[in-house]
Amino acid sequence: MNEIQLLTWVRGSGLDIAVSIFLMGVIWRLFEIYSLGRKKDLSASRCVAGASGWHTIFRRSLPPQGMVKKSPVSYIGGYTFHIGLAIVVFLFAPHILLIRNLTGLSWPGLPSQFVDLAAVVTMAAMVVVLADRINKPVKRYLSTFGDWFTWTVTFLPVLTGWLAVRHLLLPYTTMLAVHILCVEVLLVVLPFTKLFHAFTLFGSRWFNGQVNGHKGVAV
Amino acid sequence: MSASLEKGVRVLKEVIDAPIASYFNSCVHCGLCAEACLFYTETGDPKYTPIHKLEPMRRLYEQEFTLLGRLKKMVGLSRPVTDAELGEWQELVYNSCTLCGRCSVVCPVGNDIVYMVRKFREGMSASGHAPEGIKGAVNRTVSIGSPMGVKLPAVQAQMRHVEADYGLPIPLDAEGAEYMVMLSSMEIINFPEYLGAIAKIMNQAGKTWTLCSTAFEATNAGMQIGNSDLARVIVSRIVEGAERLKVKTVISPECGHAYTALRWEGANLIGRPFTFQVKHIIEVLGEFQEQGLLKTEGFETDRLTFHDPCQLARRGGVIEPQRKLMKMVAKDFVEMPDAGFMNWCCGGGGGASAIEEGEELRLEAFKMKKSQLDAVKPDRLVTACANCRIVLEEGLEHYQMDIPVVGLTELIAEHVAEHISEKGA
Amino acid sequence: MQGSLIETLARQGVTRRTFMKYCATLASMMALPPSAGRAMAEAMASAPAASKRPSVIWLPFQECTGCTESITRSHSPTLEGLIFDVISLDYQETLMAAAGHQAEEALHAAMKANEGKYLLIVDGSIPLGLDGAYSCIAGKSNLESLKEVAKGAAAIVAMGSCAAFGGLPKANPNPTGAVSVADVIKDKPIVNIPGCPPIPTVMTGVLAHFLTFGSLPELDKLGRPKAFYGETIHDRCYRRPFYDQGKFAKTFDDEGARKGWCLFELGCKGPVTYNACATVKWNGGTSWPVESGHGCLGCSEPDFWDGGGFYKALSMPANPLKMAAKAAAVGAVAGVAVSFFNRGKKSAAKSAHETTTLADLEK
Repeated sequence: MNEIQLLTWVRGSGLDIAVSIFLMGVIWRLFEIYSLGRKKDLSASRCVAGASGWHTIFRRSLPPQGMVKKSPVSYIGGYTFHIGLAIVVFLFAPHILLIRNLTGLSWPGLPSQFVDLAAVVTMAAMVVVLADRINKPVKRYLSTFGDWFTWTVTFLPVLTGWLAVRHLLLPYTTMLAVHILCVEVLLVVLPFTKLFHAFTLFGSRWFNGQVNGHKGVAV
Repeated sequence: MSASLEKGVRVLKEVIDAPIASYFNSCVHCGLCAEACLFYTETGDPKYTPIHKLEPMRRLYEQEFTLLGRLKKMVGLSRPVTDAELGEWQELVYNSCTLCGRCSVVCPVGNDIVYMVRKFREGMSASGHAPEGIKGAVNRTVSIGSPMGVKLPAVQAQMRHVEADYGLPIPLDAEGAEYMVMLSSMEIINFPEYLGAIAKIMNQAGKTWTLCSTAFEATNAGMQIGNSDLARVIVSRIVEGAERLKVKTVISPECGHAYTALRWEGANLIGRPFTFQVKHIIEVLGEFQEQGLLKTEGFETDRLTFHDPCQLARRGGVIEPQRKLMKMVAKDFVEMPDAGFMNWCCGGGGGASAIEEGEELRLEAFKMKKSQLDAVKPDRLVTACANCRIVLEEGLEHYQMDIPVVGLTELIAEHVAEHISEKGA
Repeated sequence: MQGSLIETLARQGVTRRTFMKYCATLASMMALPPSAGRAMAEAMASAPAASKRPSVIWLPFQECTGCTESITRSHSPTLEGLIFDVISLDYQETLMAAAGHQAEEALHAAMKANEGKYLLIVDGSIPLGLDGAYSCIAGKSNLESLKEVAKGAAAIVAMGSCAAFGGLPKANPNPTGAVSVADVIKDKPIVNIPGCPPIPTVMTGVLAHFLTFGSLPELDKLGRPKAFYGETIHDRCYRRPFYDQGKFAKTFDDEGARKGWCLFELGCKGPVTYNACATVKWNGGTSWPVESGHGCLGCSEPDFWDGGGFYKALSMPANPLKMAAKAAAVGAVAGVAVSFFNRGKKSAAKSAHETTTLADLEK
């Protein structure tokens, strides 16, 4: 298999397979999780819970009072790499083109130099977060194989994408193919690892916000 | 004598629901919940990380309710939950968790961890892994009527004392009264001033109220141990009493978890909405204050601070009324760091104070409260939960801090204007 | 410098100075030291009498003659065409006057006379299907001819994408079983000069190198001269700044296209194509595909024909959502099945519930 064949495969059958597993996994897992249902709360609510679930979905994106000071690396590193990932994934012109071709949706991108910088910052933040996971007793204690694995499959697409754009290590064609392959691995494992928090986090925040909103507490 | 692993697992299968599934799938092992838990912050031991306290339940969820988890269990990649393991977890689920709910409000993915601990206790108690101390409290509450073994005659004796001291009637089983006042054993035995305070305040406000001979005890050790069947037995007494006396509102005493058990869990335990309202005494006082039914005179001049009981504030939604009440009677009211919504637990909530073997850990965790107090150096500490009060007093004594603890209701009652009360009477 | 070439050049109005400049340019293009330009000039200018010029045999297989057209037509009367004056092109079907048996005789005579020394140029791919019956010359399959002629060759130049990589005949589903020269010949030095067609300068550059140094230039791992195939079209493209700024032509006649913005979104394969078009250009430096407003097709890359469509942007998957709907359906079915199972399990646990009494708290 030469580079173009590999590239053709990862852009063709490879992506088909990955996107299929991803979609299948996401839908299956969402059913599996949310179909468990819950009992209706019969207690009288303090105030109408209303949109408290939705409020929490947004509010939890901000650090609670005093927490940044307690774990600065988690917050600053976490914000940096999540925002960086969002920039790199959604505001890089070739990625937007891919999304446009998949969904018909399109929006303006950022200059590639800026995206390049975002990728470097993202990778740096991810390395810092990894070091923190190794150094902090609590994080090390909680970490399982899944944590190291998901870090790797998240890091590799950024790294290979950046190397491809910068023409480092491997010829561009090969690196582009490797990059797409890494993204496919990420897509395939996402529904079945803790990376699925990208989906369930909204449900979790909503449940939490709704249950506490019922009590009149804005969490 | 039938607690068993099988029973525990079966109960867990019953209680694991969509929120729990969502929470377990959302956890990214960031460890931020540890920073919110005083058992971790004061000991530095990572095993006290809140989400870790749920590990056996997480595995059970994965193995029972997910396809991949079932596969993992089949090929031996995921260990089954054992009785010994649950035994090991007793310390984490009971001794080192006061259900204070701080972890639930800091989790960045929004996991309501305390909700899960409460459910995990269902399985722990059904499998025979509840601590002896709480089991004893449940036993006494169910068989005698109160966790401290207080019976009606003891209450009646206190009623007579208070009537004599305050010169005000203490109604018992008065049908059609607006308020039915609940007590906690702690108040009956240790803080009888509470009853007198209620009498004074109700008298001033001109409200009808009553105690109930079949339901004077508000505390619910069944909820603390995490057993809905037993919690239902206890809460049913109150529901029956309130419905028999046809009261409009049942007042939960200065006790955090009694409030949670009655206000938020009660209707769900009996399986139907209540026909009466449930309010914490602080909420009632706040309403009286707003309606002008509560008139005080004079001020405390020493430096006072307020300890928010977790179940009242963060878990109950009552945060502002106690501050307005404090300002009504205190000239020098100062707030501790993190006070209010993010206040730190006394270290003895959720049944933890009943666990004898957890005392050392509890005192260790109390260092958090100590540092909060050290920051404002109050002359006295006011709170609104008899259990907090006991735990705080123990901690303060251990660390040789000379700070008396008082209940907010009594503090208010001391300032209830006498001449108005006479007019009302 | 005395010799037939310089005289021929002079007759055609090319001065010595122009010739020297050409050799120097060629040398620099191939990243050779400046002294190599002089060496090349001397080697070529002093080419000896016709009988001693190095023999070159050009075999055409499954091809379209585009490569020959490219080399011969486009530069006459430029210097590239004249390079043939320093070689003895003993067999080239399109160019030679001879035909039939005469041509075959010329071929065999040249092979015999220059055994082990001649240079073999191949254009077109070799069909292996039906025992090679898809393409025959003088009753022999291309496979037989190639093996026969390659045996005595000093080196082989695979001219164009077909000879280098199988090219268009090899495009899916490859009905003739076409393969490249390198797929057949394993024991000779082979230089691939891919392109559909290849750039003439590349061809002359390689020949000049061979004539001057008696060896092939440095090759990359696909057997291409690094000097010409070392960088991507994208990296040397004059429209690259627009790519970096995110300015793309969306159609061939929009504002962006008129302003000369990047053609990436219109399917340009420049980022994955290694060739010298952007620097050497075509037709004597007149223009090249991107300059004329069309994206690069990637014609000098292996299997460029099957790369997912000329007008599909590189970042766009070939057929992204082909199976997505089915996969989503499978996911939904699996999810619903698991849901029923789980709910069944929960209600079984519920109906097996025994109300806990005080005694049940103990083991």
